[in-house]
Amino acid sequence: MDFLTLLQILDTTVRLATPLLFACLAGLVSERAGIFDIGLEGKLLAAAFFSAALAAVSGSVWIGLLAGIGASLAFSLIHGLASITFRGNQLISGVAINFLAAGLTVLIAQSWFQQGGRTPSLADGERFQEITLPFSSLVSGLPYIGQSYSELFSGHSLLVYVGFLTVPLIWWVLFRTRFGLRLRAVGENPAAVDTAGISVVRLRYSAVMICGVLCGLGGVYLATGLQAGFVKDMSSGRGFIALAALIFAKWRPWYALFACLLFGFFQALSFRPDVVEGVLAIEIPGPLLDALPYILTVVILAGFVGKAVPPRAGGEPYVKER
Amino acid sequence: MDVIPKWADAILIPLISILLAFFISALVILAIGEDPINALKLMVQGTFGNSAGIGFMLFYATNFIFTGLAVAIAFHARLFNIGGEGQATLGGLGVAFVCLSLPWPHWTVALPFAIMGGALFGALWALIPAYLQAKRGSHIVITTIMFNFIAAALLVYLLVEVLKPAGSMDPATPRFPEGTHLPRMSDILGVVGIEFSDAAPVNVSFFIALLACYLFWLLVWRTRLGYEIRAYGQSEPAACYAGISPTKIILVAMLISGGLAGCMAINNVMSAERLVLNSVEGAGFIGIAVALMGRSHPFGVLLASLLFGFLVQGGAEIDFWTNIPRELIIVIQALVILFTGALDNMVRIPLAKLFLMFRKSGA
Repeated sequence: MDFLTLLQILDTTVRLATPLLFACLAGLVSERAGIFDIGLEGKLLAAAFFSAALAAVSGSVWIGLLAGIGASLAFSLIHGLASITFRGNQLISGVAINFLAAGLTVLIAQSWFQQGGRTPSLADGERFQEITLPFSSLVSGLPYIGQSYSELFSGHSLLVYVGFLTVPLIWWVLFRTRFGLRLRAVGENPAAVDTAGISVVRLRYSAVMICGVLCGLGGVYLATGLQAGFVKDMSSGRGFIALAALIFAKWRPWYALFACLLFGFFQALSFRPDVVEGVLAIEIPGPLLDALPYILTVVILAGFVGKAVPPRAGGEPYVKER
Repeated sequence: MDVIPKWADAILIPLISILLAFFISALVILAIGEDPINALKLMVQGTFGNSAGIGFMLFYATNFIFTGLAVAIAFHARLFNIGGEGQATLGGLGVAFVCLSLPWPHWTVALPFAIMGGALFGALWALIPAYLQAKRGSHIVITTIMFNFIAAALLVYLLVEVLKPAGSMDPATPRFPEGTHLPRMSDILGVVGIEFSDAAPVNVSFFIALLACYLFWLLVWRTRLGYEIRAYGQSEPAACYAGISPTKIILVAMLISGGLAGCMAINNVMSAERLVLNSVEGAGFIGIAVALMGRSHPFGVLLASLLFGFLVQGGAEIDFWTNIPRELIIVIQALVILFTGALDNMVRIPLAKLFLMFRKSGA
């Protein structure tokens, strides 16, 4: 395997890791505030559909972006309503949201476009274009560093860069601001936060809304960056891989980045079985690569490689004055 | 908190939740420019208009009874088993192994072994998440989700690389031998002289499913183990204090749950007479809706399964005749899960207030 092949695989890794990263950070914010969210998948899907649909209709990717985030927020609101206001079961609500998105997207796509549950392919202005970083053509001749710059770091769509910048942002918000401290506290001990005179409900709703925005960005990237348009079930389990990455990262932003890159790398490898065979000199079946993130998560959850401890109040509805 | 009488809790609240779910589904149909009344009419005609429609409804219902009971038994132990899909996939593998392993002489011989094979594989697939929950504290919801994906990948690998007959392009096992073919409803009813369409795949498994409902009821409400499972589900500390081992309850409840989900394969896999990719078709997830709607009671599960059997069959009809895709059923399923599961309190709290008002004015 030559250096260029490696760069290509890493380039694909970055692309495939981006939606995972958005969803993973979304889940991180929500779960740190004590709201389990297994509806990430559904929100990705809803955002992907509405961004592609509105971008196709309006001809502008920015309107698509807003529509995608809006759709994801709407689903977040349902989740918030069920799990915060009505103190329902957060897991059941997440399951419902996943199915709601899976069904509604196809239903509406069929009604709007009559193309069997997909949107029309998006033209150039309706997608996020690849951004060529300055000097990339200039340095592409330089071996290794120059090649890496022009092949790996340059030439991604805007949302990829946004995704990677979101990691330090979320870290800063969660660990360096008052809001972040309260948000984490509400996921560990909501009663203490309540006693301090801070609204648990408001904090948890804000967390769920941030989760909605981030998931929305992930979904928008799926349909307008990674691919050009929406197809049925296009999130294909990414929300769950993100969930796996979240546990793998033990609910920490920087670790989440590495977990998502790792799982993105597995996905990228499953596109290049020839490379895997060439390097390892044994044949690894494709399904095994597909299943690897899930298997790794189970191993992590089993506590064989360090223990993953979720936020203590996660999944528990908060009842004032018990 | 027993403001709400028992009958209202068991019947009224689910009924209101389901009506809400259907009302919103109707709005969705209206929003995409179709006529909900017409859609309902088509669904009813397509299901109850002929015996083939009823046959398909019962066929789907059989699947949902098994997966619904699987989710329900876990609910009784306050465990949320989302892994029905994966467990039913593995159950299919177990059934296929049993069917292909011997030249079975007659289905009456093959069926008990197929049930055992399906249940065993399904149960083992549930055992690992159960063990991790009981011993290592890993959240069973997450592990069962992961196991769904692992099961799907495993099945792809086995069907494409191992079980596919040589020279075949189709990722499926060879056909099962003649002696494993289950009698269809048309054969059974034909004995007593009732004519029933042989187009529908509903078969003797339906009666096995009914038997499973009865056994479920016996187990949960008439045995010591059922009592322990319910006690553990109601209050873990109290159950521990009474000497009930949480590890045992988690393991046993999940084994039964996985076994029931695996048993579904006698219906969908044995009647298809070979194992194909994605033979479960989401029935494991519909089991969640069915169990929530049926309040984890076998009779409720039976009714909810029949309703979902009707929805799936009716959904296929409107997919065929109108511009409404069959994904409508997924929307209805989602809304049922949302209203009967997550938004339960939305119905319950106002209703409790209402009952309180009546009680006060009555007293």
